[in-house]
Amino acid sequence: MSAGALAVTTDDGRRTLAPPGRRRVTVLARQQFGAYAVLRCADPGGPPPRPGQFAMLATAERWGGGDGERPFLPRAFSVLRARPGELEFLLEDVGPGTARLAELEPGDGLWVLGPLGIGFSVAASELAGRRALLVGGGVGIAPLAILQDELVASDAAVTALLGFRDGLHAAGAALLRDARIATDDGSAGHAGLVTDLLTAELDRDQAAIVYACGPPPMLEAVRALCAGRAVPAQLALESGMACGFGACFGCVVPTRSGYVRLCLDGPVLDADRLETALTPGAGH
Amino acid sequence: MTSAAASGSATAALPTRFCGIELAHPIVNGSGTFDAIAAQRAFGPALVEQFPFAAFVSKTVTLAPREGNPPPRLWELPAGLINSIGLPNKGLAGYLTHDLPELAALPVPLIVNVMGFTRDEVAELVSAFAERDEVAALELNVSCPNVETGLIMGADPAETALLVERVRPLTDKPLIVKLTPNATDPGAVAVAAEAAGADALSLINTIRGMALDPRTHEPWLGGTTGGVSGATVRAVALAQVYDVAGRVSIPLVAMGGVQRGRDADDLLRAGATLVAVGTESFRDPLAGARVADELTRIRRPDARPGARARG
Repeated sequence: MSAGALAVTTDDGRRTLAPPGRRRVTVLARQQFGAYAVLRCADPGGPPPRPGQFAMLATAERWGGGDGERPFLPRAFSVLRARPGELEFLLEDVGPGTARLAELEPGDGLWVLGPLGIGFSVAASELAGRRALLVGGGVGIAPLAILQDELVASDAAVTALLGFRDGLHAAGAALLRDARIATDDGSAGHAGLVTDLLTAELDRDQAAIVYACGPPPMLEAVRALCAGRAVPAQLALESGMACGFGACFGCVVPTRSGYVRLCLDGPVLDADRLETALTPGAGH
Repeated sequence: MTSAAASGSATAALPTRFCGIELAHPIVNGSGTFDAIAAQRAFGPALVEQFPFAAFVSKTVTLAPREGNPPPRLWELPAGLINSIGLPNKGLAGYLTHDLPELAALPVPLIVNVMGFTRDEVAELVSAFAERDEVAALELNVSCPNVETGLIMGADPAETALLVERVRPLTDKPLIVKLTPNATDPGAVAVAAEAAGADALSLINTIRGMALDPRTHEPWLGGTTGGVSGATVRAVALAQVYDVAGRVSIPLVAMGGVQRGRDADDLLRAGATLVAVGTESFRDPLAGARVADELTRIRRPDARPGARARG
């Protein structure tokens, strides 16, 4: 990221190693996109994340250990976008952690541990002439933005299909280029589910690879759809995490080969590793 | 196993002797709160270079492999959390083949935590590790509240005594008995463990707790109940450590809600020899090193700040 930061990648280029301690970064801006806020931070010492990797975030002030109230644990966020020396995260105020993060103002301190986990595979062998279909739902569009940046930079064919509950949330679609939108209430774009858009795309041309992130029912619909058509898919899942680096064993999800720690072996999993994307406790 | 001087951890300004093992400082990890192998996947060799603990206590090993409890496994509390992990591990054979060689390469002594469902199983585990030079000490998990039978041995002084008497002759290595706080009188269990030949005691393990799903009002955790840890248990830990320290003469590894140097200092003043950091490592992987640094500033205000041991 910064010229001095040495990035080491492992796991076939899908993981950039993180420095072992959390680092205090400074919030540069908070910009509202409908129901969402984008938090932009200066991260001069951080290595560049791979698309789909995440970070554990906690505000530097009034986060556990002080008043003794929640939030206590850091919260896992996919990287929305990375530029040299900067990181962006997408927030939706849905609980005590996200509420506290959404209060941050420019100049405030933020603890960041990351980048963590294994991101999307965008190897040429993976794409193999297929076009990339990015399928996002709600705040789950976040890792698709950094993924789109990378795919566009490598001249890959990319289509973004994003689903939201209503027009207020659909304002988040501005974070990706040329996104096609579906809303539950029909207030923007297609009235219905984002998987309707995916079905139409695959009907038109099945030579595609699907990258998806969103609520568990959406991911499960994407998984089933792609499995039925033998279309390869990579799903970025969510699970409650205490640590983000494999220490607590709390974030396991069931796969065909048993439980895996989502923070360590995910959060992006090949869809064919899953019986179902409806993982217990996710989306809570 | 290496000497204190080889520790890559925070500071050597508080050298500590525990059951004959020389440590750079008194801060270790609680069993099951840090996976040094997984952490190297996330952080690479930098994790070993900046290893945050003076000794490493590995996650509980059982005879047979265990997949662990069904998710969800975590519930956040005000200043703490409930976990219901269920002791996933590769089993003894898998641990010896895959984990032990990697953990033996850490720059600090290795303490292996074991649990069996019968006294014979514990004996088999203790015997297996008794022969391994890579292992500095053994910790007996008699207190995990997540697994039905784990509760029984450590909740009763007579049961604890029978277990320790059974395994004591099997090894010369230091035997640490990890007490459960979910007992009528943990101090009585401590006295029984000492009389039966334990070399040290560790406490507290997590306190049994539960949460209901706010939507369904059914138990949230896949394991129904779990163990409470974090800052919210600190006062309970201090009281139990203080009580046990007054009733036994063997060294104590104290833990429960340690977030700062002064929390560790409190537990040392209550009678502990070592202090373990657990849940705080979830919030910051290098919390153990920070606690050791803060403790050094409290205990050795003369020590040069930032002086670090390098291996």
